[in-house]
Amino acid sequence: MRKPLLALAAGLLLAGSVSAASAAEKLKVGFIYLGPIGDLGWTYQHDLGRQALVKELGDQIETTYLENVPEGPDAERSIEQLVRAGNKLIFTTSFGYMDPTLKVAKKYPNVHFEHATGYKRNPNMSTYSAKWYQGRYIQGLIAAKMSKSGVLGYIGSFPIPEVVSGINATMVAAQTINPNIKVKIIWANTWFDPGKEADAAKALIDQGADVIMQHTDSPAAMQIASERGKLAFGQDSEMIKFGPKTQLTSILDTWGPYYIERVKAELAGTWKSEDSWGGLDSHMFAMAPYTNMPDDVKKIAEDAQAAITAGKLHPFKCPVVGQDGKEIECKGGANLDDGQILGMNFYIKGIDDKLPGK
Amino acid sequence: MQLVLEKRTERSNTIALVSPLIAIALTIVTMLILFAILGKNPLLALHAYFIAPLTDGYSLQEIAVKATPLVMIAIGLSLCYLANAWNIGAEGQFLIGAVAGGWIAVKTQGTDAGAWVLPAMLVLAAAAGALYALIPAICKVKFGASEILTSLMLVYVAELFLDYLVRGPWRDPHGFNFPTTAEFDPVATVPLLIEGGRLHLGSIIALLVVAATAILLGRTIKGFEIRVVGAAPRAARFGGFNANQLIILTFAVSGALAGLAGMIEVAGPIGHLQPGISPGYGFTAIIVAFLGRLNPIGILIAGLFLALTFIGGEQAQITMKIPLDVTKVFQGILLFYVLACDSLILYRFKLVFPNRQVARGTG
Repeated sequence: MRKPLLALAAGLLLAGSVSAASAAEKLKVGFIYLGPIGDLGWTYQHDLGRQALVKELGDQIETTYLENVPEGPDAERSIEQLVRAGNKLIFTTSFGYMDPTLKVAKKYPNVHFEHATGYKRNPNMSTYSAKWYQGRYIQGLIAAKMSKSGVLGYIGSFPIPEVVSGINATMVAAQTINPNIKVKIIWANTWFDPGKEADAAKALIDQGADVIMQHTDSPAAMQIASERGKLAFGQDSEMIKFGPKTQLTSILDTWGPYYIERVKAELAGTWKSEDSWGGLDSHMFAMAPYTNMPDDVKKIAEDAQAAITAGKLHPFKCPVVGQDGKEIECKGGANLDDGQILGMNFYIKGIDDKLPGK
Repeated sequence: MQLVLEKRTERSNTIALVSPLIAIALTIVTMLILFAILGKNPLLALHAYFIAPLTDGYSLQEIAVKATPLVMIAIGLSLCYLANAWNIGAEGQFLIGAVAGGWIAVKTQGTDAGAWVLPAMLVLAAAAGALYALIPAICKVKFGASEILTSLMLVYVAELFLDYLVRGPWRDPHGFNFPTTAEFDPVATVPLLIEGGRLHLGSIIALLVVAATAILLGRTIKGFEIRVVGAAPRAARFGGFNANQLIILTFAVSGALAGLAGMIEVAGPIGHLQPGISPGYGFTAIIVAFLGRLNPIGILIAGLFLALTFIGGEQAQITMKIPLDVTKVFQGILLFYVLACDSLILYRFKLVFPNRQVARGTG
């Protein structure tokens, strides 16, 4: 009884090692995803980036992903599993993987890591993110133009600087159109929970909001806005099919070019630890077509997009006034500097709400 | 014609013991078919799930790390369930334990407090977990409130309390507003057993808990009482055993173990407090407790087995590109077969023909 079993096990092991050997020359690239690849939002877009990478460099690399990895005690193990499976470049695609990624990076100095949206780096750990606040600025202009009630509904995920800067950029822009514009904010305290997101959208609409914007990842809010005959912005991905008469535009995360660039550097042996923070000019993200709006609003949006891309318009142009009415120190000369935006933990004047934890 | 479940008049003890094994065997057969349908080599997939994780030290460590909280919580729950007390809120007791112990870690941060910190954290966590579990127990004993409902509802209270703390007063001032405390100091961290690995002292504590419970149930009068109260409440009353007292006792012990598990998880693999410190350990442990037949050794095996399916599922994702959903289907099928096998020990299928005026009616 024992020997046949052992023989079977040996055979299986052998089969495993043969398949490993044939793939040995290819660079292995790993991805850790927060949601399921079918979330149609954040993770979906990262996986589109991975697919673009495979399409471009598929003959030289092999990719592996782990999806639905919670930002808790499992993350470190999942990352280390990818290392142990021979992946030499690993993308960890959510803020909450920051500490686990750093721990594993320190343990495996010869493996390179890329962490999305964090701020801790190491000689073998880069960070990358996008200046989504630029897109939020454009959305703010559209929202103020399109809102009849003068109340915007905003579904926040976590009150971290990335999300806060998005709310501020929206309101800075909206106030240039309608100085009395109001925003209602609900913190969903999750990145992805269609049920909660839908509830938040309903509550916002009940409070009078007629344009819904979100910093969470599912199309649930879009569907609710569509049912209730309101307008909404997509998030991360193209969500027009969830609201053909509802979506105004959407901030599209386009990770493909970045992933291709970094893998090419790895293949060429020129990979370095860097901090990449790309805006509209670097194609780190894009705007979905401007739909369901009159031509004059579309023109405003397109002009703003062109101006931001060309570097002529900065959403956080000084003076920026805080909630307390005091001007924020202008560290970037004509506008707030990157550090101020990356660490943004205040609301601007005109937001009639309290930032959690302030 | 109708299919009904009929209670068996007698049942085989041997079958009762091997039924989890039958369930596992049936699961494996089903999975082989599923892998084949997915176009994956079934034997290689099975290898990735069950053999590969057992062949290297790293994966073995990870299995132990994953099983540690599951086993500790499940042991406590098994005492409750044996005594017919239905604690469904271990998840909440886990969180409250982590919060209470974490309080010491947060308050002593950066003060060079000394070696007393970790033991104090563990003791406080166990005490807090026990107190938290006593709420539903006392409501049950004093007012007859359903402990199933109250213990479950207190899970959400605990979740929100933790949420409030890490977003508000305990938030890391340098953490960019992200809801997490700063990393605990080394004196507030559970020591690792193997350099470079993640296996920690908590796994040893879990083993001690298993051993102590086996002795309690097998060798002591208290253990006997717990089993009699659960299995034969009337006999227990004649025997002078106080069922209410046992509800209080088992709830307190299971709350203490869940709280301890929470603290070990936070002061060990995680290293700080944050929302989502438990991927549902308190609920998964209920499965572990029943899969292990409410027996300490059985629970140890069941906890390790469930951990193996997590680690194996991850390896299958990496090496065979088998989606995570298949792992979840796999765990679901396993539970289904365990429950089905258990039901069929106590009941059997019978065909009933209502038009023949069978006396037992339509069932």
